[in-house]
Amino acid sequence: MAEAKTSGASAGRRNIFQTLEFDTRLLGMVGAFILVCIVFNVLTDGRFLTPRNIFNLTIQTVSVAIMATGMVFVIVTRNIDLSVGALLATCSAMMAITQTQLLPGLGLDYGNPVIAPLAIIVGLLTGALIGAFQGWIVGYLTVPAFIVSLGGLLVWRNVAWYLTSGQTIGPLDDTFQTLGGIGGTLGVTGSWIFGVLATLVAWAAIANARKARISHEFPVKPLWAEGVLMALSAVAILGFVAILNAYEVPSRVLRRAFEARGETMPEGFTAGYGIPYSVLLLIAVAVVMTVVARRTRLGRYIFATGGNPEAAELSGINTRLLTVKVFAVMGVLCALAGMVASARLSFHSNDIGTLDELRVIAAAVIGGTALAGGIGTIYGAILGALIMQSLQSGMAMVGVDAPFQNIVVGVVLVLAVLIDILYRKRTGDA
Amino acid sequence: MADRTGAPLVEMRDVSVSFGGIKAVDHVTVDLYPGEVVGLLGHNGAGKSTLIKCLSGAYRMDSGEILIDGQKAEIGNPRDARKYNIETIYQTLALADNLDAASNLFLGRELVTPTGLVDDAQMEAETRKIMARLNPNFRKFQDPVKALSGGQRQSVAIARAVYFNARILIMDEPTAALGPQETQMVAELIEQLKAQGLGIFLIEHDIHNVMKLCDRASVMKNGKLVGTVNVGEVTDEDILGMIILGKQPHG
Repeated sequence: MAEAKTSGASAGRRNIFQTLEFDTRLLGMVGAFILVCIVFNVLTDGRFLTPRNIFNLTIQTVSVAIMATGMVFVIVTRNIDLSVGALLATCSAMMAITQTQLLPGLGLDYGNPVIAPLAIIVGLLTGALIGAFQGWIVGYLTVPAFIVSLGGLLVWRNVAWYLTSGQTIGPLDDTFQTLGGIGGTLGVTGSWIFGVLATLVAWAAIANARKARISHEFPVKPLWAEGVLMALSAVAILGFVAILNAYEVPSRVLRRAFEARGETMPEGFTAGYGIPYSVLLLIAVAVVMTVVARRTRLGRYIFATGGNPEAAELSGINTRLLTVKVFAVMGVLCALAGMVASARLSFHSNDIGTLDELRVIAAAVIGGTALAGGIGTIYGAILGALIMQSLQSGMAMVGVDAPFQNIVVGVVLVLAVLIDILYRKRTGDA
Repeated sequence: MADRTGAPLVEMRDVSVSFGGIKAVDHVTVDLYPGEVVGLLGHNGAGKSTLIKCLSGAYRMDSGEILIDGQKAEIGNPRDARKYNIETIYQTLALADNLDAASNLFLGRELVTPTGLVDDAQMEAETRKIMARLNPNFRKFQDPVKALSGGQRQSVAIARAVYFNARILIMDEPTAALGPQETQMVAELIEQLKAQGLGIFLIEHDIHNVMKLCDRASVMKNGKLVGTVNVGEVTDEDILGMIILGKQPHG
């Protein structure tokens, strides 16, 4: 929110990016991401930027990216949550037990359509309750979030272990598994429809924002700049859809699908995967969290509290309850991430989500969230998650040894924050 | 000169606040009438800010009572204070540096669209209107307030207090961080608000400002009230004597 306004009209327009009112930090991150992609594409002889690999990258990113959006709120309010990976595991365990043991025990057979929704509700409640409980300890009992969530890391990791006796639980419900990634996609036609709708929504948002500014007689961007923005959003959305559609379902998988329906596959039949449901979920989370951050009182109070907790308190904001809410949201997002992660594996494993807390915090921080509080964006955190995942899979594809992969990721994390600090010093935006 | 015949706008009666055994405010009684400025004076640590924070809802009193228009008022938090149209301009300004002027002005009282979303455009429009009145040179409506000068930040804090039809205004050293021109602007504003019938508690260190702006002055020392005087009937020497020696002026 803060950055979006920094790039406002008042400072005097100097270059094309300012005319377009682009967030320069976002541009930097996109630039870094493109650079990473190109370098790996060269190193892998073009295997990195194939539809197949891009598809895999996106579904691998979803789980961490979902949690990273919540971590933005946590860090913006000057807190930290080290327990997200462990919380993910507990939620995943609860969902796995619900769908494979609890509900079948109540007489709901394997394959019953209500199993997946019920399991998800149990998971979301678990996440919300645990998150709110940790938030209550932080907000009302004033134990530092670092300590509460460090304790939470140990507690919830091992609650998950205890619940499952350390066993792998699976296979999970078929409907549930469609939320994991490749097992459930929109298909080519559905993806195009989604892409066109999303483009129209983006255009409507741009047009509405302009209309609102004109109605209040505020300065607006020149019309060509709005046009460029609209074109860019269309290219980005439809290009993304085109890439995911270009990843074709292997013919043996298609043949099996036809055979399962008792038909034979016509010669030359092909089908693309399109947008995975898990990616749709991430998009939905991103949109909702962005609206919360920018257009709701809750979001305004989160950023105000991060910027100056005392001022927020004096303005009548209940910052303690706010902390509870922020951690509860984080818990719900951990449950969603646990749902995607276990569905992707098709089972719950005891080590699910291990070290995710570090990936999530790194994603938020690489995405421009300041640990000092008050500054951060949802799209930045998602981009941060994408950059981290690209680095990791790229290095795996190139054949970098495992220890070096982690060394590189660690160095990149520190470098990204250093660059951010230098950038803010230069722009006086510290 | 304010009319002090009816019920006072604010009466803080026998207020005590202590922090861990130290009596920050010790049985202090002050009052404030509509259309007058009462200066609260004293050394740092005399208890002025603590006293006033009970009225703005930031602190709770240990004992004593607050009457607004002669009625007992329960003020437990800043939201309660706002319900009584009490607005405070804190010395620290209490601005969220990462947000823009409009977000700060409406913090805790955002304007929303019919769908319940924060209406940034409407808030910016209102901010532009009130700023045109208070500080016509103000231009940085889209920047976070940390990018503003001391005077501009001050005008955001003042706008926040004035916008919501305050009846009781608390100003904690409003000119401490300002240049001469901006100080003059604040002085004119105080006159203007006084004429509108607001009651203003002014915490002030500069004795010249006190003589110029205040109708009465209540002096505190070590948590106790030394006394309250009509500024027109004493000299600045008398007031300094009260602040430094804790003695009532003779005569």
